[in-house]
Amino acid sequence: MKIVVCIKQVPDTKGGVKFNPDGTLDRGAMLAIMNPDDKAGLEAALRLKDEYGAEVTVVTMGLPKAEEVLREAMAMGADKGILVTDRVLGGADTWATSTTIAGALRNIDYDLIITGRQAIDGDTAQVGPQISEHLDLPVISYAKDIKIEGDYVIVQRQYDDRYHVLKAKMPCLVTALSELNEPRYMTPGGIFDAYDADITVWGRKDLKDVDDSNLGLAGSPTKIAKASDKVRKGAGEVKTDLDADGAVSYIMGKLKEKHVI
Amino acid sequence: MGLEEYKGVYVFAQQVDNELSGIAFELLGKAKELAKDLNTDVTAMLLGSGIKGLADQLAEYGADKVIVVDDPELKEYRTEPYAHAVSSVINEYKPEIVLVGATAIGRDLGPRVSARVATGLTADCTVLEIGDFPLNPIPGQEQKHNQLLMTRPAFGGNTIATIACPDNRPQMATVRPGVMQKIDPVQGAKAEVIEFNPGFTPDNKYVEIVEIVKELSNTVDIMDAKILVSGGRGVGSKENFQILQDLADVIGGTVSCSRAVVDNGWMPKELQVGQTGKTVRPNVYFAIGISGAIQHAAGMEESDIIVAINKDETAPIFDIADYGVVGDLNKIVPKLTEELKKVVK
Repeated sequence: MKIVVCIKQVPDTKGGVKFNPDGTLDRGAMLAIMNPDDKAGLEAALRLKDEYGAEVTVVTMGLPKAEEVLREAMAMGADKGILVTDRVLGGADTWATSTTIAGALRNIDYDLIITGRQAIDGDTAQVGPQISEHLDLPVISYAKDIKIEGDYVIVQRQYDDRYHVLKAKMPCLVTALSELNEPRYMTPGGIFDAYDADITVWGRKDLKDVDDSNLGLAGSPTKIAKASDKVRKGAGEVKTDLDADGAVSYIMGKLKEKHVI
Repeated sequence: MGLEEYKGVYVFAQQVDNELSGIAFELLGKAKELAKDLNTDVTAMLLGSGIKGLADQLAEYGADKVIVVDDPELKEYRTEPYAHAVSSVINEYKPEIVLVGATAIGRDLGPRVSARVATGLTADCTVLEIGDFPLNPIPGQEQKHNQLLMTRPAFGGNTIATIACPDNRPQMATVRPGVMQKIDPVQGAKAEVIEFNPGFTPDNKYVEIVEIVKELSNTVDIMDAKILVSGGRGVGSKENFQILQDLADVIGGTVSCSRAVVDNGWMPKELQVGQTGKTVRPNVYFAIGISGAIQHAAGMEESDIIVAINKDETAPIFDIADYGVVGDLNKIVPKLTEELKKVVK
């Protein structure tokens, strides 16, 4: 079985967001990590490899530096790494990104494609389902459990108040929730091997059946009109010198004033 | 075909078990505002099996037209038949705007449809308005009017971006539940009902549903609550949430919590407010022992009135609270409950 896992290098928003003096995000100061949902997807693939035997290929699109997450994935146990990088691919929205990744995946054989549900920088959850559409594959999003039965993949698909057990014929694409599993650590031997491993690097010319008009910033249907750091609601009153009785009568007064009570 | 031939604001009227989801009404409320600005009408896309009867309810919440796709293949949500139906409606009727809820269903359906009809999709929007793109004229670039401007948070709520889709139609957005306001229903309102069936031919992409497992929950939906009494790490223990429950009981509110509380196992995940929980906008939000990290604020700062009680006067919750008191919640909350008992019947 051949499994492809799509991963993304993202700034770590959980480890504390850093700002420049002018208030914009300081991406350079933030740690670059493998996106958590993608890591869960990779772990799911590695468990399928452990259980059924599989070749696991990790694919990422990004700056040349994104090679780091491919090596991390290989140190965890992935067999091959493919980096899709090209200046003309920059500034892509989810449409152009999914078009690019689909163009890369058309070059390789797969039974199962796994992506993370969403990346912590964009939070869109769109690229996985869009890749499946471009490749005309069945998609199962929000997977919290993945099993293989012959030519079929059996997945628990999470909804708000229920889950569906879905059965899809491979090839198909599954998007993974980070709740799916606890990703394994890199092994020392794995790190050593991954450091020397060959990474395949593809550019624009290596993408199959992709039109230039659908790539990069220019090929993105959505355009940013304005971006800013979030404007927070202004502070109201804060009482710092009230005892418990004073605090209660202050709150009661406000609730009455606002006709809550 | 020219972009100007695309007309009307369409919403995906999500239903589960033949019951319309709250997001359907919220989208209609917003769609009505957008349609007014564009001088057009609002159409609900209603998909399912045996769901025609729901059309009147959509009319009461603002739909001028309801396109009904009623087919046994649509009984339970599955990506392919739903994507096929919505894409077919779009190709047939050519709406200029399509809104979908950013739910576990909509965030699967939206991207699949947008890729199929080859247009952009903006995820998880919190503000939608009609305006110009670019916002200000740029020499040498045409400024397009009457564009859908879609605003959404990114980077875990740390940044906010406004996005347009100037050259493709329809303009598509998924919209975060709990953010848009539904209108007061107009009793007896009727919509023009159009039945449409594109035909369904099952293939490999029609994934088989082997089993449906409902996860029973006995908690109320915090997104529907008018008053939320929300606790954070500062509450100290699972047991101590009882003082919040007592306050909620007396004032007719519902208890919710921050992520730290869920992580500690004090409260279930469905009561969590914030970036990775639910977005709420009650009339009153009591933030008790909640520091108010940006991820929490993202889920509650649209509340009408925010009352914060925290012992740390540097807690960021005080930056967004309307009324804040610095003090010991263990003393203040029970006293507040007692005082409220005197005035609330």
